[in-house]
Amino acid sequence: MSLVSYEEALASYDPVMGLEVHVELGTKTKMFCGCSTELGAEPNSQTCPTCLGLPGSLPVVNAVGVESAIRIGLALNCEIAEWCRFARKNYFYPDMPKNFQTSQYDEPIAFNGYLDVQLEDGEVFRVEIERAHMEEDTGKSTHVGGATGRIHGAEYSLLDYNRAGIPLIEIVTKPIEGAGHRAPEVAKAYVAELRELIKALGVSEARMDKGQMRCDVNLSLRPNGTSTFGTRSETKNVNSLRSVERAARFEIMRHATVLTDGGTIVQETRHFHEEDGSTTSGRIKDNAEDYRYFPEPDLVPVAPAREWVEELRAGLPEMPRVRRARLQAEWGLTDKDMQSVLNAGAVEPISDTIAAGAPADQARKWWMGELARRANETGTELSEQPITPAQVARVCALVAEGKLNDKLARQVIEGVLAGEGEPDQVVEKRGLAVVSDDSALGAAVDQAIADNPDVAAKIRDGKVQAVGALVGAVMKTTRGQADAARVKDLILEKLA
Amino acid sequence: MTELIKYTAAETASAIANGEVSAVEVAQAHLDRIDAVDKKVNAFLHVDTEGALAAARKVDDKRAKGERLSPLAGVPLALKDVFTTRGIPTTCGSKMLEGWIPPYDATLTRRLKDADVVILGKTNMDEFAMGSSTENSAYGPTGNPWDLTRIPGGSGGGSAAALAAFEAPLAIGTDTGGSIRQPGAVTGTVGVKPTYGAVSRYGLVAFSSSLDQGGPCARTVLDAALLHEAIAGHDPLDSTSIDAPVPAVVEAAKMRDIRGMRIGIVKEFAGEGYQAGVMQRFNETVELLRELGAEVVEVSCPSFTLALPAYYLIAPSECSSNLARFDAMRYGLRVGDDGTRSAEQVTALTREAGFGDEVKRRIILGTYALSSGYYDAYYGSAQKVRTLISRDFDAAFAGVDVLISPTTPTTAFPIGERADDPMAMYLADLCTIPSNLAGNAAMSLPCGLAPEDNLPVGLQIIAPAMADDRLYRVGGTVEAALNDKWGHTLLEEAPAL
Repeated sequence: MSLVSYEEALASYDPVMGLEVHVELGTKTKMFCGCSTELGAEPNSQTCPTCLGLPGSLPVVNAVGVESAIRIGLALNCEIAEWCRFARKNYFYPDMPKNFQTSQYDEPIAFNGYLDVQLEDGEVFRVEIERAHMEEDTGKSTHVGGATGRIHGAEYSLLDYNRAGIPLIEIVTKPIEGAGHRAPEVAKAYVAELRELIKALGVSEARMDKGQMRCDVNLSLRPNGTSTFGTRSETKNVNSLRSVERAARFEIMRHATVLTDGGTIVQETRHFHEEDGSTTSGRIKDNAEDYRYFPEPDLVPVAPAREWVEELRAGLPEMPRVRRARLQAEWGLTDKDMQSVLNAGAVEPISDTIAAGAPADQARKWWMGELARRANETGTELSEQPITPAQVARVCALVAEGKLNDKLARQVIEGVLAGEGEPDQVVEKRGLAVVSDDSALGAAVDQAIADNPDVAAKIRDGKVQAVGALVGAVMKTTRGQADAARVKDLILEKLA
Repeated sequence: MTELIKYTAAETASAIANGEVSAVEVAQAHLDRIDAVDKKVNAFLHVDTEGALAAARKVDDKRAKGERLSPLAGVPLALKDVFTTRGIPTTCGSKMLEGWIPPYDATLTRRLKDADVVILGKTNMDEFAMGSSTENSAYGPTGNPWDLTRIPGGSGGGSAAALAAFEAPLAIGTDTGGSIRQPGAVTGTVGVKPTYGAVSRYGLVAFSSSLDQGGPCARTVLDAALLHEAIAGHDPLDSTSIDAPVPAVVEAAKMRDIRGMRIGIVKEFAGEGYQAGVMQRFNETVELLRELGAEVVEVSCPSFTLALPAYYLIAPSECSSNLARFDAMRYGLRVGDDGTRSAEQVTALTREAGFGDEVKRRIILGTYALSSGYYDAYYGSAQKVRTLISRDFDAAFAGVDVLISPTTPTTAFPIGERADDPMAMYLADLCTIPSNLAGNAAMSLPCGLAPEDNLPVGLQIIAPAMADDRLYRVGGTVEAALNDKWGHTLLEEAPAL
């Protein structure tokens, strides 16, 4: 089936989105037992009767989990429930030890909030938050023997319950309306901003590539100018910022294609495919699906004291948007420059490089210049470049000390990126130090004067600005390693 | 030696502490008794001879070293097979858990071990504690020691029968709708459902989480109090556990004075369906209470008539979720895993084969009651009834210290009589269910034999939440007065096995 173009889709239809983001909290222990949450351990080594759902076991709420949920709620401008309960969500699946998930249903810990997100052109879009609630993660199934790694066609499945019971916060938006053609961009910006927020709160590393943050994109279309929502699709586990944008974009085109053909959208879950940015049908969600929610009788209600909530509110860190405004002022950037820094994902690298001792303009110069270009060329994130802010700061320091000039510094950066070691090691191995030793430079200066008698004559006559040509000649013979300032002084001394 | 099995728990503990008898001798006497009679009674699903003797030896060693012994050190106990025991099978009376050896001890199990109580083994029960006769056990019914052709009550029929058959002086039960009290009533023993949250549920395989409560079973009120004290108290592993001091139940059991207490008869628990002999013994006990100096009044609790239907919505709803974990994936029975079937098919086949009819009936009932569109009408309404029942209790306890009623409408019925009539079976718990719904404390103790069948009748005493001591005060006083009147304990009238 060929899809209608994105522009055609938007000419007729108005997208409405709902984003559900699951964040794995970075608590030391699981949500309802004392097992470790450390990633990467031997399968099923971090389990106990409770997270394995053994007969007779009971849950006990992790107080840090509740605190994290409240802090997330507060940061999202939510109201915090004075009294709320956990609920059981009943469904059978082998990776769920109890065959019910302990979650929250109609009494979430946080509700009615919003998050302002900034788009690439600087426009601010407000995303309304429906709720943030606490729940536990499931175990992990690995399907072996099938072609696609999915359960269908698999020979057998392996179950690892280390993840079962890890605290999750599910953050659900209200329907996002009015984004129009920018809907995919809004989706991406929202998830990005949420990730920054979660990281700023220190409640999770929010690494999407490690599954610490997972996004479901719900999307429907309605004819332009109408207000009733269309039937939605739920694209599950979209696990990078770029994928969030692509999934939304694909679904807009797919829905439009179906609707334009006079078809109807089926309410279903869909799988996103990283390779081509498409989605395919998962499980049909008809009305037969019934989770039989009821209040969890093994847990007592959560009733956070108001004083505690206010204490947590007072202790919230600087929010990412506020911080960005502060940094912009500190770095002395225009709105446009700051936006480029944001778009390049350079805020953290620059900030960390400054923290490591580099001047703001130098830090920005390297990350937004040489390194951004490289990230762009290789299609990678700036933060993923094989050089640390501390290394960039060291290069800046070497320049400031006069041990490197700009050209040499670039070569040092290249060396670090190529895996040749720390900046100082690259300088040594490549022999890149600036030559400022007069005896070493003297011969080159004499040679330059001898080779360019006309220029030398002009300088002797007082046309000092002509000295540039001689400096250039010296730099050329020293392959750029000479200290240009010293060379200039030497030439002027000799021709005085 | 045979007399050792007739000792009360208090007498046994004191005899061991004084060196009159060793804990090993006591344990062996009970193991021998089990060996002699349990083929007929079928109270035990598993006898842990090795473990019991080892625990007994530990007590004797402690005594030899002059270490201080706990109040129940060396006393044998029969544990309902619904509490997990590390290294010892725990089946809950179900095929589903046949052969499952738990890797952990329930908090209650741990406390018994810490108190040096000698656990003889695990007792028979209705499957997953669902039933009032122990006929729903996958391992065959238990006989009532008063008449082996009759039921010993349920779900904790094994624990009650073990006491009445002198196989153990102490037992543990769980009471979700009457599973401690009703077996106590029909076997002429004492059973207590403590206040909800008084005894940890950690390691109690859940039937209905908001109703389940473990508690003591014994042959005397004082023994029940001693056991109550050993197992009750806050447990951080159970979020619904009460974080407050345990009421002084042992002291209360020894008071033998109820002068000035106000006692209310629950008006609703009499009339049609109540056996004449049961009402006769109950009414005589009411007179006795007056003679003992209590003021007895009639109290009306109109919502109690709604308790049974509310219970049969709440308990099945919670059980439908609690029992979902039995899916053949991690432990217990697995049926049909021949390499051709999906996990889903294996789960379905296993649940089909592993659960008995009554369990399936309740899972289906609960699944239906929680379904969207029905939730408000069923589960929601039942929760409202629960509130009404609590209010009736609050109003009643504003005027009286305890409430009383017969524990069950009839004496023990013949095995098989109600097996195909769930509604008739459910009526056995008519008087006991309100206390589970309200979460307060209740006791059953013997108050005589019904003249028409010579079978035990139980008196139920109900106290407000966290006032468990009142049960023991009234129970201990009535028990002493009845024993004085009879010249012996009721169980001495039981036929020899």
